[in-house]
Amino acid sequence: ELNYQAQSPDEGALVTAARNFGFVFRSRTPETITMMEMGEKVTYELLAVLDFNNVRKRMSVIVRSPDGKMTLYCKGADTIIFERLDRSCKKLMKVTTGHLNEYAGDGLRTLALAYKHLEESYMEEWIQRHHEASTALEGREERLDQLYEEIEKDMILLGATAVEDKLQDGVPHTIEQLAKADIKIWVLTGDKQETAENIGYSCNMLREEMKDVFIVAANTTEGVKQELQYARRKMCPGAAEEPTVTKARAGLFWLKKMETVQDEKVEGEYGLIINGHSLAFALEKDLELELLRTACMCQTVICCRVTPLQKAQVVELVKKYKQAITLAIGDGANDVSMIKAAHIGVGISGQEGMQAVLSSDFSFAQFRYLQRLLLVHGRWSYLRMCKFLQYFFYKNFTFTFVHFWYAFFCGFSAQTVYDEWFIALYNLVYTCLPILSLSLFDQDVNDRWSFQYPQLYSPGQLNMYFSKKAFVRCMMHSCYSSLVLFFIPWGAMHDTVRDDGRDLVDYQSFALLAQTCLLVVVSAQLCIDTYYWTTVNQFFVWGSLAAYIAITLTMYSNGTFLIFTSIFPFVGAARNSLNQPNVWLTIFLASLLCILPVVALRFILIQIRPTINDKVRHKMQMEAPPAPAPRRPVRRVSTRRSGYAFSHSQGYGALVTSERFLFKRPLKSLLAFSIQTDLPLATNQAKLFRPIPEEIEGSQSSQS
Amino acid sequence: MYSMSMWNVGRGRKKKGRGMTGKGELLHPGKDLSVLLTSLFLCSPVDCAIKAMVKHEQEEFPNRPDNTAFTQQRLPAWQPILSAGIVIPGFVLIGLAFIGVGVGLFITSRDVQVLELDYTGAVATDPCYKCSDPSIKNCECTMEFHLDTLFKGPVFIYYGLTNYFQNQRKYGISKDDNQLYGDLDTFKSPASECFPYGYDSKSKPIVPCGALANSMFNDTFRLYRMVNGSKKEVPLNGKGIAWWTDQNVKYRNPNETPLINAFNGTVKPINWPKAAYELDTTDVYNNGFINQDFLVWMRRAALPNFRKLYRRITKDEYQAGLPAGNYSLEISYNYHVLSFKGKKKLVLSNISWMGGKNDFLGIAYLVVGSLCVIMSIVMLIVYAKFKFPEED
Repeated sequence: ELNYQAQSPDEGALVTAARNFGFVFRSRTPETITMMEMGEKVTYELLAVLDFNNVRKRMSVIVRSPDGKMTLYCKGADTIIFERLDRSCKKLMKVTTGHLNEYAGDGLRTLALAYKHLEESYMEEWIQRHHEASTALEGREERLDQLYEEIEKDMILLGATAVEDKLQDGVPHTIEQLAKADIKIWVLTGDKQETAENIGYSCNMLREEMKDVFIVAANTTEGVKQELQYARRKMCPGAAEEPTVTKARAGLFWLKKMETVQDEKVEGEYGLIINGHSLAFALEKDLELELLRTACMCQTVICCRVTPLQKAQVVELVKKYKQAITLAIGDGANDVSMIKAAHIGVGISGQEGMQAVLSSDFSFAQFRYLQRLLLVHGRWSYLRMCKFLQYFFYKNFTFTFVHFWYAFFCGFSAQTVYDEWFIALYNLVYTCLPILSLSLFDQDVNDRWSFQYPQLYSPGQLNMYFSKKAFVRCMMHSCYSSLVLFFIPWGAMHDTVRDDGRDLVDYQSFALLAQTCLLVVVSAQLCIDTYYWTTVNQFFVWGSLAAYIAITLTMYSNGTFLIFTSIFPFVGAARNSLNQPNVWLTIFLASLLCILPVVALRFILIQIRPTINDKVRHKMQMEAPPAPAPRRPVRRVSTRRSGYAFSHSQGYGALVTSERFLFKRPLKSLLAFSIQTDLPLATNQAKLFRPIPEEIEGSQSSQS
Repeated sequence: MYSMSMWNVGRGRKKKGRGMTGKGELLHPGKDLSVLLTSLFLCSPVDCAIKAMVKHEQEEFPNRPDNTAFTQQRLPAWQPILSAGIVIPGFVLIGLAFIGVGVGLFITSRDVQVLELDYTGAVATDPCYKCSDPSIKNCECTMEFHLDTLFKGPVFIYYGLTNYFQNQRKYGISKDDNQLYGDLDTFKSPASECFPYGYDSKSKPIVPCGALANSMFNDTFRLYRMVNGSKKEVPLNGKGIAWWTDQNVKYRNPNETPLINAFNGTVKPINWPKAAYELDTTDVYNNGFINQDFLVWMRRAALPNFRKLYRRITKDEYQAGLPAGNYSLEISYNYHVLSFKGKKKLVLSNISWMGGKNDFLGIAYLVVGSLCVIMSIVMLIVYAKFKFPEED
């Protein structure tokens, strides 16, 4: 069984439909197309491909049928095709327009199709000119465009196709969730305005209760400016005419210059729809700030008819002036530039091909998984990373500060407080695994609660867990801890002796005491930082402490000293000081004095200024976890939207007719490849070619 | 990296190096995160007018992550929170326990008797003033003191030094552990750390080498009790004042008898009046590197003001302690500390289960305990006043 693997779903649908009506697409070579037309094998010769580009918004092929007739077939947006029809089609055009409206009403994506018979003589001459134009060194594009324009006129309308296109599962719900998490969502689409608008409504981005939805669709710079300003003045009459741009410097050595446009408060909800033409003007230097200001005042921004480049430009604009972290999600090849431009790129793997997936940081099959990525895993990652960083700074600052205090007591001679071996193993062995397990497993609330309260996401947006302020706090905390960790042993050991009168305040015993205090304190600090105690956490925390005791006793034992005399000079220190009650009382005091204030402060803060996390965690203790969100049934709401299935980029026509590259592929892949490009009905440039089932492995490897 | 809800991704797509840091960006939603998405979250016309001609293959997904608690981040866990029911009683209990321990420590420490005698001779009225001049050799001085009550035994005699940085780094490493472990090779060539106390001016190796050994404390004391106008010497016990491990493990004399043979070709440390093998003339086994005073000195102090055990009073009628009365301390003053503004003192002390006298720990426990109780009251007030808001 042959399985036609389409480049785009629309194309697949159309080819399948043709087959079901008795026109089966069979095979393809660079110059021919073979079909079974009602059981009869017909081979067409492919003469030329009139490639798609953004201006033309249509695509044509010229073929010669077995009986020698030459025909041009064209597909494209209804408006574009209708301009190029022969006068005789007026009536059919009217009917078709009616059909198109009907289709649009049912929410289908439409394409108009037309053909034209060509004279042999004219064609010969045209092909000659085409060849000249396509090999011209100067102005090739223009000359080709001219030629295409010349031949693609007075066409006869064939009709229109319509393809149903429905939202994935859970899209409106996801968007709602993300909006609750205070994530601003902009839609950048290649679809036409009506389609985009309808999608906006169907996925809850545009709502009936919005005060106004502005549409920017001007064709001049001045017009765009006026429309943007009108929208802005309406939303926020009191705002200054000039945007307030705060300049700052950041980054390493403050070398990075930042310009930030401040957010402005707006009463009520507004939406903004801007089309590609206007966006081209709006993205110019003198208007980009105006666009950004106006767009940021709106709850919903939809840019329609945008080119891949514009998508990236919009991302760059937001990145540049909002200092925001951007995430771009898309499934098509035309989203690649945007995915690459954004901080985080997410590709949806699906019928549009692998291009987006291959250039993304994350990929999944369904849009709704975005909420799990952001609200659950993203949030956890942020939490873990911040805790990890903070704890790492804490334990090392504390470690270091103790030496600083000791410097005053050892004549600033760089004498370390701790045993050299402890210093070597502190980060390597004693304190590395517990924090690793924390940063792998910690979660303040589980995924269900995270879904239940998308607001939990906002601390990350405000940089609350790790910022300069948090860093200073962490430093002050470690400063306090180090003071305790040095001066408690210092005071407790001052002029004291063992319970048999012998020495206890020698350097080695003091070092052992101070390092044990330090390790107990940083482990205890980790314990109170841990929200989520899995067995792994328990194992690592207690295991690290046990390892410390075991390693210390081993290193300070007679045996190790006898083998490596001058390497382990601390022989006997553990036995002679750890059997003293006041040593343990000192360790206990130092640990609690470090930990208790933190506990008390956190408790009081939770009472006085509970964060959303505290509230949810509190709730979590009280109540059973919320049930997993039910899988929403597929919505079958008829939406009024129309559009046509174009999301192209140019270049494929040339590739097909050039005959290069194709021959290098194994025949089967080549088949799969060429199938798509010559079929004028659907030319998306997505890149997943899945040929005949038994060759799946081969074609996959050729892609990766 | 843990799996990210990718179980529907399908074959061959996961292992594409799209980890957390795929483009060098961490997933760190700082500031306001904007999501830009295209309208192409539309799942296209699978169920368009015409049914797809081929069934979607439903075979196994080889890259699908295991659905285990570990990989899916669902490990069972204990999730403690700081609730009032735990924190406030906890603080009260810890506070009370600390106060209890603190009282115990404080009373113990208060019962320890300590007598400090500063004999530096920094002031002209001091009995040892005449000896404080470094040019005077073999100077002797006497200090009188009076005990009102019985000084309970066992009594320990310490010498104390202040402003003496035995913890100085270079000073502390200026010794040769192998030499002190009786390794005869290092008698000929001491470790480089010993410099400049490794060789004398005639390039003969110094044993024991290094600044630490060279600076060994060498004042000696004799204690007399005045009974009816006559002096009666209090026997001082110099045995067992060093750590057992130092004497038996860490330090060792070379295997030569008599010991003096091992020291052939070496010289004594510059500041020492006698060589290492004749430190104790009364006991042959208390010589060389395992001499108790030497061991005590070599265990360098952690802090600049320290005391080190000199002798114990354990014998005869003094087993129960020093009776009340007048005492005289004869000091052979050899060790000069005034040049670095140091002080020397002799300390008589008895000990408790928690060692010597140290009020700090007891007071610290009392203070921390009281603070805990106060804190628990503060927290109770805060809790009562603000109470955790129940609503969202």
